[in-house]
Amino acid sequence: MAIQTEFLRKLPYFSGLDSSAIEAVTKYVFEKKAERGERLALEEEPSHALYFVVSGVVKVFRTSADGREQILRLIRPGECFNEVPVFSGSGNLASAQAMSPVVLYGIRKKDLETIIQTYPQVAMNIIQVLSRRIQELVMLVEDFSFRHVSGRLAKILLKYVDHAVATGGMKLTQQEMASMAGTAREVVGRALKSLETEGAIRIERNRIVVTDRRKLEAIAGLY
Amino acid sequence: MNALMPLIDSAKCQGCGLCVEICTCGVLTMVDGMVTARNGGKCGWCTMCELVCPTGAISCPFEIVIEDID
Ligand code: SF4
Ligand code: SF4
Repeated sequence: MAIQTEFLRKLPYFSGLDSSAIEAVTKYVFEKKAERGERLALEEEPSHALYFVVSGVVKVFRTSADGREQILRLIRPGECFNEVPVFSGSGNLASAQAMSPVVLYGIRKKDLETIIQTYPQVAMNIIQVLSRRIQELVMLVEDFSFRHVSGRLAKILLKYVDHAVATGGMKLTQQEMASMAGTAREVVGRALKSLETEGAIRIERNRIVVTDRRKLEAIAGLY
Repeated sequence: MNALMPLIDSAKCQGCGLCVEICTCGVLTMVDGMVTARNGGKCGWCTMCELVCPTGAISCPFEIVIEDID
């Protein structure tokens, strides 16, 4: 299928480029399709191209030493992945996998360099995109590396479980927990799992059961 | 409790279909440009639809309870 210039025009990477520049960039873009479950990038492997998601959803994740998967980001249409390793020349920081049938637009590293040299505006755009990514990653790293998310989450669960006893049933989504704990939605899933591993709660499909209240209170820093 | 489905806020749904694409259980479908949870499907409460939704239109609430010790 022909590469859609309209799609490229809307990407932050190419904002401010006129039609002829977009046309020129289009020549460097290749299309790649993947089925659900297909690996698109492997942690630490070298990365030769930058990918934009045109349709479908891509999961960017890391695998911990004990084999557990941590989702860092879901990439939706119009967003890209692989941007950091492509420029740094290092290996992939994370793995990527298609979560649905996906269509990607890719640009090879050397072609990207040509584009940047021809259109310095693209370099400015990329600096902006990467700066934003750094901000997000720093926040994520903070939340992953310090225990305060588990602590805050423990406090929220305790508050709600008390409410539930009083009012007969309280419900919370992971999105709500994330807003209350002041963290990313992706971090909540991991924090809940760690509370479960520590034996404070048990996750049963659509229920979170507080199995050891004292332990949860200790994690919340209440005594 | 058998037909447990994520909650859909039709006012917020833009009909982008990302939740339908990501769901592996086939619970979600698009009907007239709006996502709908199909009854009788088997939702595993993986919460991926909630995670992918750009507008917060679909959600998977958890009941928070204390263990019954009886
Ligand atoms: S929670 Fe998972 S299985 Fe259930 S509808 Fe959402 S994506 Fe599908
Ligand atoms: S992802 Fe959200 S906005 Fe898109 S179809 Fe699903 S519920 Fe609607």
